[in-house]
Amino acid sequence: MGHIVLLGMNHKSAPVEIREQLAVACKSAVNPLHMLPHLKDVDELVFLSTCNRVEFLYTCGNLKDGTDEIKELLRVHVGLSASTPLDSYLYVYEDLDAVQHLFQVASSLDSMVLGEPQILGQLKDAYRDAVEFRTVKTILNRLLHKAFSVAKRVRTETCIGSCAVSVSYAAVELARKIFGELQDKKVLLIGAGEMCELAAGHFMAQGVRHMTVANRTIERAVELAKRFRADTVPFDSFLDAMMNVDIVLSSTGAQEPIICYEDVRTRMRKRRSKPLFFIDIAVPRDIDPKVNQIDNVYVYDIDDLQGVIDLNREERRKQAQLAQHIVDEETIKFKTWLNSLNAVPTIVAIREKAEMIRKNELKKTFAQLSGLSDREKEAIEVLTGAMIKKILHDPIVFLKKKAQRGTQPLFMDFTQQLFNLQEDNSDSAMNCDGPVNGDDEDNFLQTLKK
Amino acid sequence: MEAVFFVVATLCYLIATVGYLVYLFRDQASIHVASWSIMLIGAVFHTGAIIFRSANLGQLALTTGQEALSLFAWVFVVTYLIVQSRLQLRILGSFVSPLAVIFMLSSEIMPTHIMPKSEFLKSGWVILHVGSLFLANALFALAFSLGIMYLLQERYIKHKSFGFLYPRLPSLKTLDSIAHHCLITGFPLMTAGLVTGFAYAALVWHSPWNWDPKEILSLATWVVYAVLVHERLAVGRGRRAAWLAVFGFTAILLTFLGANLILKGHHSISGKI
Repeated sequence: MGHIVLLGMNHKSAPVEIREQLAVACKSAVNPLHMLPHLKDVDELVFLSTCNRVEFLYTCGNLKDGTDEIKELLRVHVGLSASTPLDSYLYVYEDLDAVQHLFQVASSLDSMVLGEPQILGQLKDAYRDAVEFRTVKTILNRLLHKAFSVAKRVRTETCIGSCAVSVSYAAVELARKIFGELQDKKVLLIGAGEMCELAAGHFMAQGVRHMTVANRTIERAVELAKRFRADTVPFDSFLDAMMNVDIVLSSTGAQEPIICYEDVRTRMRKRRSKPLFFIDIAVPRDIDPKVNQIDNVYVYDIDDLQGVIDLNREERRKQAQLAQHIVDEETIKFKTWLNSLNAVPTIVAIREKAEMIRKNELKKTFAQLSGLSDREKEAIEVLTGAMIKKILHDPIVFLKKKAQRGTQPLFMDFTQQLFNLQEDNSDSAMNCDGPVNGDDEDNFLQTLKK
Repeated sequence: MEAVFFVVATLCYLIATVGYLVYLFRDQASIHVASWSIMLIGAVFHTGAIIFRSANLGQLALTTGQEALSLFAWVFVVTYLIVQSRLQLRILGSFVSPLAVIFMLSSEIMPTHIMPKSEFLKSGWVILHVGSLFLANALFALAFSLGIMYLLQERYIKHKSFGFLYPRLPSLKTLDSIAHHCLITGFPLMTAGLVTGFAYAALVWHSPWNWDPKEILSLATWVVYAVLVHERLAVGRGRRAAWLAVFGFTAILLTFLGANLILKGHHSISGKI
């Protein structure tokens, strides 16, 4: 039987210059999957490409030849010259290691930001492409579906995805704890630094529709306003703009605080104590820390946000250990299924099942026919044994013949389903049509239709 | 029979409280559902106890401090069960169920001597008076719980030290707006309860105001809530409003305990009747 191999590079293995090229290749319309018919040694292929990672998952008969072909494909796709030493940036996982790595990727344990949710969607896209190009068959099909259900299990059984680990994300989470839904909230951006832009982008992604920009240089303010469909106000009147907003994001280069205790206190009264959330990502700080003492005003500076993140990181690490355990467990289950795809265990399982049925039926019959002599019993035993042997003869010869070919996993899997050979270990990877996976498949089919 | 029902109800509330305390630490929907259901069963037994008692007395079971507090606990639990089923703010149960148990247990220490049977107490006016006041107070008790949750969550965010309840508690906005609804509904009910009280007093004693200690204290709590509602509507919501909700309900509890345990008047045992 062939090998499952995962070859690729990610943010850990490749330096940023190489990854930049990945990002460019990521956007190219050409999908390397269409090259599969030209690859002699590669049987099935899935291609995953994100800005931080490019991975080929494939099965092949001959490990070395298949891998060489894929490396060449990668080089062409990313656009690296033949002289660039590729091997040092690559990792190659074989068989169970490949399965385990894929499960880790799917459950976001291998991501730059641990637990970030996008990767699963990207993997699903990759699978959809592979289905469209018809490059997945028995093994990768099962493996990918399993990967989706592992990711789902990790997400429901651990809280790896629920802790914010970036400054902007932490700010959004805090805002949610204060304001609930953010859709109807107003954000004021004071200064137009990069960090501010990043955080504003996060708020916009959370549904904030009303933004106002106040910046010293009007050009930059207009530029930012265009991006976030925001209004602009003159920089000097940001204190009055504060009256009507809920969240203030500040990142000016001022050396002294630009918002003082009295500025806010007097305005809070006019705001009828509506909560006001200051996010101060400037260094040195823009907002006097004393402002935090005012009722219904919350001030978070960059260190406070960093504190939130550190807390969450710790929590994520703990959750990641739990998740790793789930991944290991599922890898072993997948191994059981893989092993069952060999011809010998399949044939043994068919024989065992037939023999078990024969024994049970004989027992029932003998219990009802009490008058049988030992000779008669023996004759019935021989008769039934011969019947079973003759019925199974042709299927077994067929399976043995197929075992020499590349289509073996397909026939073994089919045979197992035909004879329902996995009924006893319902836990195994075979049990892929359970409710969890069923959901996944439904979702997937829906996305396909779209 | 009613005593058995009463004990079963108290036990149910107690078990539900334990369940809800476990729920604080383990976020599992099943724990919430179980606790809520046990509380519902408790409420059914409690209803039985009150009906038996009232049937025995031939009037609504309100003749002793014990009965009054038990009836109030019942109104409170039923209000909570309804609010919970409509809001799905599960964590609220962890803050409300202990209050129910406290009401049930403290009703045991209330005076039990029955006031002389009086035709005054059989009037529909009394049911209106007591019903609207109890419902108002139950809503205020919910606002009290929500206020405590608000203050806790507010403290976490303000001091930037996130205790274990931080992820479990909902947003300040949610807590504030539910409390707001409780208060905005409760205050007219309280007003109506007081007005019917005065009207009935005018009817039977020919004077709406009799300088009964409970009358004075009730008016004082009404003023507290009037300030609170004004604060919310005119000045703004937030931390002060949450404090006032906590303070207001504490005042109600003092009124009730004070009037029933220490002071004498026509609302308690002897007095004018």
